[in-house]
Amino acid sequence: MSIKSRPRYSELELDIKSKRHIVVCDKNGAAAAQRMLRTSNVAAANTTVLVIGPGADKEEAGAFESMGCDVVMASPTIEAAMFRLDQVFAKATMGTRIYVAGIEGLIGQTVALAQRYGVKPMSVRQQHCGSLKRRVQCVHCKGVTEDVTTQIVTCAHCGVPLFVRDHFSRRLGAFMGVSADAEEAGVLPPIEEVFR
Amino acid sequence: MVLAFKRETFRDDYTFRNSPEAVRRFPFPFDADTYMYSVNIEPHVAGRKGSVFEHPIDIDEHYVSEMRDRALVLKNDPLRCQTLPHMDLAGWDLVELLMVSMSEAYPEHFLLERNGNDWHWVNRPLGIDDRFTFGVTSTLPYGPMEYITRQCQGDFCLLDQRDGNLWVDAGMVTTQADWSMDFDLGMNFFEWHAPVPLAHEKGVFERALKFLMQLRQGHPVRRFNWTMSSTPRLDTSPENYHKWGYERALITPENVSERLHLRVELQALWRLPRSNAVVFSIRCYLASMNDIVSVPKWGRRLHRVLRDVHPALAEYKGLTRYRQTAVDFLSKYDDGQETSPGIWPD
Amino acid sequence: MSRSAPIAVVVTAVEHVAQDIKRFSMQRADGQSLPHFSPGSHVTVEMPVPGGHKRNPYSLMGPLDDPHTYQISVLRVLQSRGGSQFMHDAVNVGDQLQISEPFNLFQPESIARRHILIAGGIGITPFMAMTQRFAAATIRFELHYAVRSRSRAAYADVLSAQIGSHVHFYCDDEGDVLDVRKILSGQPLGTHLYVCGPEGMIDAVLNAAREEGWPEEYLHCERFTAAPSGEPFDVRLVRSNLTVHVPANQTVLEAVEQAGVDAPCLCRGGACGQCETAIISHDGALIHNDHYLSDDDKASGEKIMICVSRLAAGTLTLDL
Repeated sequence: MSIKSRPRYSELELDIKSKRHIVVCDKNGAAAAQRMLRTSNVAAANTTVLVIGPGADKEEAGAFESMGCDVVMASPTIEAAMFRLDQVFAKATMGTRIYVAGIEGLIGQTVALAQRYGVKPMSVRQQHCGSLKRRVQCVHCKGVTEDVTTQIVTCAHCGVPLFVRDHFSRRLGAFMGVSADAEEAGVLPPIEEVFR
Repeated sequence: MVLAFKRETFRDDYTFRNSPEAVRRFPFPFDADTYMYSVNIEPHVAGRKGSVFEHPIDIDEHYVSEMRDRALVLKNDPLRCQTLPHMDLAGWDLVELLMVSMSEAYPEHFLLERNGNDWHWVNRPLGIDDRFTFGVTSTLPYGPMEYITRQCQGDFCLLDQRDGNLWVDAGMVTTQADWSMDFDLGMNFFEWHAPVPLAHEKGVFERALKFLMQLRQGHPVRRFNWTMSSTPRLDTSPENYHKWGYERALITPENVSERLHLRVELQALWRLPRSNAVVFSIRCYLASMNDIVSVPKWGRRLHRVLRDVHPALAEYKGLTRYRQTAVDFLSKYDDGQETSPGIWPD
Repeated sequence: MSRSAPIAVVVTAVEHVAQDIKRFSMQRADGQSLPHFSPGSHVTVEMPVPGGHKRNPYSLMGPLDDPHTYQISVLRVLQSRGGSQFMHDAVNVGDQLQISEPFNLFQPESIARRHILIAGGIGITPFMAMTQRFAAATIRFELHYAVRSRSRAAYADVLSAQIGSHVHFYCDDEGDVLDVRKILSGQPLGTHLYVCGPEGMIDAVLNAAREEGWPEEYLHCERFTAAPSGEPFDVRLVRSNLTVHVPANQTVLEAVEQAGVDAPCLCRGGACGQCETAIISHDGALIHNDHYLSDDDKASGEKIMICVSRLAAGTLTLDL
């Protein structure tokens, strides 16, 4: 069943009217981004790429460079990438299209950052690639637990066992985690691996 | 009308009680013996004298204690009141709406004097006497929305209109039925209501949104919502669920009449003048099962509604654990007689 | 939502502000203050014109800081149904009019980082209140105002004096060219574009923005579509069990309202979609003048926007 608060993702499609393109991807999303850029002969020359992941500076970055992308940057982590992206967005002008391809945590944080520059979430083209691992915010301590694959996960910060609600906040780029045993302490449903 | 404000608690020792007068004016939400979601929106016009509809903003005997409870919630968790930067003007619109309404309806308790943008506000029950410049946030001790909603019963959300949707971009939410302002801040109408079962499929939110986009200044509307609460706790937030959730398991046949409460939300929506934002107020009223069965029609009807409620709704509203206990208790007050249409006691 | 109770106002000033343009100031007849309004709002003015009442929408210009006064501007349009001529020729200081409460269908985006306003001629009116608000709140904006000639440049002096550093004027007959591409270039992310003026100008500006890669959700316009007149015909209202005659210079909506039927409507310009009405039958050609229905909808003959569209002749039967 679809989750009404979860963004709808689809295969990246180049906006041929755009004068510039900003492409954000992780190692899972690099192929999708490259496929999109190959649909045009001229797009790469007007494209800034930020590729994220350990070693992305050596592997994926080279592939984007050899496609003729104008500016190619790499960051080892999403956190590090967001500092860079902040500067890229600050200097970008209307007529620039933003694309993001990768895991949901990357998509959520990219869209949230773009929103600070007045970019509407609907204006960012988003393709989900790779694992369905969830970013979960504990509603109690507000800490975010990354790479959640199980229904019932222990909050990495406050230790409360969390039930992951099918409710997604774009602003936080995360799903909501709520205590799973609040009504009867210690009584938990079986832990299942469901987000992969 | 001079109100006598009660001193009571909505946590720990739970000294909250309704006076007989408060039970009589309790907004019983069911106009029939069954319940399902619908776009049950009607004009928010003045209703019967003494009822919760008499004034656009209802202040009652629980006012002072509810405001004290709100202050406690905010002290422990300031994220319960948030305003995205573009909603400041809407906050001032809300200041005007609430101050004007409260001072006109309850002149014994609230006084508003305006001379251009120089405003003087006196809130006697809370001992507040402030002069400020309307529109200038630095002249208030809090942001405009926080300032006035610390002084008004009910949760408040401010909705910005754009892209053919309404966005919940500000809110004061401390008496909520298990939803988080901090998590939902910035969502559109559909995202915000995502967790509600069944209603999306019925097109309820699409129709409600279309209606609300056309809301006109001076023509507010209202609707009811309801749930149950295993205590008279106002702050049934997800934030604190790990602290209060256990109370749901404590309902027994012996204590259900006192502990279990019907929790009614009177939701009202206004178009705001300067900002064109929409204010969405969610005012919570609580009545114990004993309060409910003191009105024979309500006892009969709540029994039938709870007995037959859709399982998905019961689960979403958190009723599952004590529903049967409540139905068993209420069945003693249902003699099978027909109930009259509408919400009012016979 | 149906139209609400009108507000009785008295005209307190009529000023000739430019060639063929008059500004009307009005206050409530009972001396009370008028509702505050948000920039971009309009009111509908009822005109007791011989041969059938008219209701035209006009942008509220301000002043934002005086709750007792509303101001609107009216351009005299010769080939219109007579509303603007009535305002120009028959409305004087001291006259009473009925107006609707304000409603906003052209709200500037509160989340925008910057606003670009492009006005053509009388299209300046919605921007008068917007620029007051932006300037007072130090919101970043620029206004580009094009006119056919200097004599038609209503409020140019006020704008120069109050927000001169934000305003750019263009006079056609002095060879100025409003270069949309140049205006749009180099604008930061999150900039929104608003245009109000003649049909052709609106389309040209919006198309230029699209060509420059601006997504639709950053583009906003208000079209001053005055409902055209036509030939007289009859409307049969099935639900109300009434037949109403629509004279040449009245709209279906106005005729229906005059007959006492409360039809939903907001913009009266064929844009908002509020007055969409199902057609049960028609024995003349439909003349669709709106911007709302799709081409398929128009061709189907099943729907009509009664605020601007009409029948060539004969009888139109509506589900109303």
